Parts: sequence; structure tokens; C-alpha cells
Amino acid sequence: MEIIRAHRLSFSYGSDFSLSEISLSVGEGEVVALLGPNGSGKTTLLRCMNSLVIPPPATVFVKSKDILTYPQNELAKKIGYVPQSHNPSFPFTVFDAVLMGRASHLSIFQLPSRHDEDVAELSLKMVGIYHLKDRVYTQISGGEKQLVLIARALAQEPEALLLDEPTAHLDFRNQVSVLKVIRKLGRERNLAVLMSLHEPNLALLFSDKVAIMNGGRIAAFGEAKSVVTKENIEMNYGIEVESVQKGGISYLVPKV
Amino acid sequence: MAWRRASWRYVATLLLPIPFFIISLFVGTYPIPPDAAVSVLVLKIFPFLGQPTTPQIYETIIFDIRLPRIILAIAGGIALSVSGASLQGLFRNPLVDSYILGVSAGAGLGAALAIAFLPDLPGSAQILSFALGFAAFLTTYFVAKNRGETPVVSLVLAGIIVTALFSAALSIIKFFTDVNRLAGVVYWLMGSLAVSGWEEVLQVLPLITVAFIVLFMMRWRINVLSLGEEEAKALGVKIERDRFIVLAASTLMVSAFVSVAGVIGWIGLVVPHTVRMLLRTPDNRVVIPISASLGAVFMLLADDLARSIASFELPVGVITTVIGAPFFLYLLKRRGGVVWK
Repeated sequence: MEIIRAHRLSFSYGSDFSLSEISLSVGEGEVVALLGPNGSGKTTLLRCMNSLVIPPPATVFVKSKDILTYPQNELAKKIGYVPQSHNPSFPFTVFDAVLMGRASHLSIFQLPSRHDEDVAELSLKMVGIYHLKDRVYTQISGGEKQLVLIARALAQEPEALLLDEPTAHLDFRNQVSVLKVIRKLGRERNLAVLMSLHEPNLALLFSDKVAIMNGGRIAAFGEAKSVVTKENIEMNYGIEVESVQKGGISYLVPKV
Repeated sequence: MAWRRASWRYVATLLLPIPFFIISLFVGTYPIPPDAAVSVLVLKIFPFLGQPTTPQIYETIIFDIRLPRIILAIAGGIALSVSGASLQGLFRNPLVDSYILGVSAGAGLGAALAIAFLPDLPGSAQILSFALGFAAFLTTYFVAKNRGETPVVSLVLAGIIVTALFSAALSIIKFFTDVNRLAGVVYWLMGSLAVSGWEEVLQVLPLITVAFIVLFMMRWRINVLSLGEEEAKALGVKIERDRFIVLAASTLMVSAFVSVAGVIGWIGLVVPHTVRMLLRTPDNRVVIPISASLGAVFMLLADDLARSIASFELPVGVITTVIGAPFFLYLLKRRGGVVWK
């Protein structure tokens, strides 16, 4: 079932950053990767899909309803958002940080209950970082921080996850482990996942579908294998690549 | 290890103002022996225990002079430290205190106007300083508001601008005021609890109580707000509404207290910071209650010193600064500010 959809979405902040005529949808249990050069509009699209910036009416739909009809807290129960960079000002513990994912389920004057704490613990277990529970969030590694943010989004009990470059600033090993967790969540929790990535081969390995963005438009959208091709990558990134076959997948290596 | 709620040291710290409250009843220029003070207190609360044998003057001093002053000191310590803790969370900045939104400048201007132009009208200084203190905050808020949003950076800048304008107006009034009234203005600005009686308690206690209850109930929500605007929004928080409530409640309690006691600095900065270091957690579920408790203790101590170290009364604002500033420096040097990244 389709969870989030953009339909002929055009948006602009001022003159530079803009999206035009974007149409895209993500269904239950589906992992969609957004590729595209810097400034192509990936982050803006993700922000529109969560109404962190307000899209025009009837262009973004969550479970077939216009996103603008959702109050902020109702939307947060449908969509979990994992931001790109995170600069926490206070050294909360990992557990307290994940617990904050419960905000949309609590009124302004409510404290988290035993049930909310259980949900936070379960979220930590789902991403495999329960052992970090009592560590201070500001003192763990970049890969672990990313997993904490994913756990926090899971604590919202959403039906979709939006992730803005979940592998940014991570080493190779951590990129792979974070993406494994994301794919597993799509498969096992049946979440609709939309994430932006920089590395086409990781998109091939970890997503079902890929959309390539360029200049605020969708240049290609479809099955990962049919979109991440030599032609599409060369045309949209403006570099030359070679295709390397391995186990039925054509990986792309830049020509240097 | 961070402190747990319901641990013995947590509860003990919450109850700490009680002994300081009792000690403060004995402190002052007029000597009252502790046993006499206790008996006056007990007999006032439980009159059926018998008739007081102590001189009538004891009862007057304790109930009409010291008690209202102690209550105001407690309320003020709570107001300054809880608003400081809340605003530091909201602004995600350790160097923010209750006065960042222009409250002190507004309140100062209000008091100066009243002292300079309405000296014969009783209560005018309190009313005008409260009104202008809160008005300064509203000005800051609406200057910062742009297209339905009030980013933290805009609030800080607007606070600086509003503070500057109100301070300039205050300077003009000082300049044109005659020397005797100018002394009154200057003394007010230093901050003091010397003129507090039951009337002042009744004026400000309800406001401080209501604002405190609001912030106390929002203590977990303030954790979420401290993640920053965008993340809080993504987590489902109605950021503009929640932020306005925290700002308004903080300003309300501080303006109320400042209107009777003048500008007393450093408590809103030192107390929450100390509490975070002591508890080893930034979690406002514990930071806000403990800040309230230690804020009350700090203010009681400072006021006890103000009325006992010299043969005349010192402005309590000077004492909080003299204790607070070096203590803050010590904390920063010793712990390297670890509680902040």
C-alpha cells in the first residue's frame, strides 16, 4: 500500500532552490533511494515530504490524504524524520534521546509513561544499540549517533521513514551497517523508506527503487537496477563511469 | 551516574529550602534567640498549644517583617532559576538568563518612570515595572516574529535591540531626574528585598505560582524543545505555541519578581548550570525541580547575608553577583564545561 506520495510537486524557497513537477511514491516495505548531485533538491524534497517546509496544497499525500490536513503531532505518528546533521546542545543519554521520539504521542504537559519507555527500549533493540542505552549521546561515534536518530524516529511508531543522507560523515563500515539496519526495517517492520544517498552502488545494494534528481526534477525513477545505469549516472553527475558486473548487478566505477 | 528521581539525595535536595527557611527567621539586625523564634512560630501555627510568653515585638518582627521577605526570597529564587533553566533549554545556550528578552531593561524603565514622575502614588513602581518588563518581552517576541515564525536567533537579536532601546530611555530619565529621586532609581536597579511586606507577597506570589506550575508541567517538553526548532517540529511538537508558552511563563514570573525586588542577577545563570553539573544530566524532569529548590536556597542565603553582614542593609543583587560570578568561573574551570558538549 502506498504511504507517501508527491504528485506534480513544485516548490521554491527563493530563486535558487526549487523543485519542479516532482512525482514519486513510496509504498509499505519499500526502500527508495534519492540520488543526484549536490543542490539537485534531494533535501528540499525530503523536507516537503514531512512538511518541514510547507508544500503547495494537494501536492504531497500521506496515506492518500493531503499532508497539509495533518496537525503536526498526527503527522509525526505517520512519518519519522532522521535529519542530516545533528548538533545536540545537551548531553542527554541515548535512552533519553530516543524517548523524545514519543513527543507526538504526549500532550504538552505530559511526561513519558512506562509504556513510552517500553517503546523507546524496543526501538533501541530494533536498531541493535540497546547496550548503548545509558551512554551519553554526545560521546558515542558517528555511526552510533545515526542509529540513535533512527531509533528515535522508530519510537514515533511511524509508517514511513525519511532519512536525509544517513551515511554522511560515516566510515565505510558504518555506512554499511546503518544501511543494513534501514533495509531490515523496511523489510521487517514494513516501513516505507525514502532516503537520500550519495553513492550509487550503495543505492543498488540497499534499495528497491531509485530516483535520480537533477536541477529540481526527477531525471529517472524506477527499479534500482534499471535506474542506476552507466548512461543515467554519466548524464546526471557529468562524469565518466565504467560498469563492472558482479553477481548479476552492474556496479559503477568512476574512470580516473 | 545521573541522579535518579525518588533517590534519597534527590528528595533531600528538594527539601533543602526548609532548614534555610527556618534559619532565615533568626537572621536580622534585631536579635531574636532561636528558641524564642521557634516558639513564636509554633504558637502562631498551633494557637491551641498556649499563650506566647515572648515579647510582642518578636511576633511583629517575625511575621510582619521577616516572613514575607523570606517568602519573597524563596519565590524569587524559584522564579529566576526555573526561568533560567527553561530559557537555556529553549535557546540551547548556557549563557542565556531570564533577562535576555529585555525584561530587566523594561522593568528598570518602568520603575524609574514611577520613581521619577509618580513618587506619591503607592505601588506605582511595582505596577509600571511589571507592565513594562512584560511589554519589553512582547516587543521582543513580535519584533522577532516573521511570517509566523520566531527563530531563536531572531529572538536573541530582538532582545538585544529592545534592551538597548529601553536602556536608552532609562538613561534619559536618570539624566533629567533630580538627585534624590535618582538615588531611588539607582538603588532599585541594584535589587533588594528590603521593602517587601505581605502586600508585595500577595501581588507577585499568584503570578509566580501559576507560571511555575506551567513550566514544571512542561519540563519534559522543554527537553524536546532543546533539540532545536526543526527536530522538535519533526517529532510532532507545535513549536510556535510551545515556545510562546515557555517564553511567556518565564517572563511572567521574572517580571513579577523584579517588580518588587529590582534586578537581581546571576541566579538564573548559576543555579541551573550548577544543577546540571551536580545531577550529571541535562534532563529537565529533574533539573527544573532541583533548580527551583537550590534557587530558593541561594536567594535565601544571599538575602540573609544582605541583612546581616553589615550594620546596614546591602543590596542583595550585589551579593548574588559577588557570590555567583566567581562560583560560575570556578565551575567552568574545574569541570571544563563538560555539561555543554
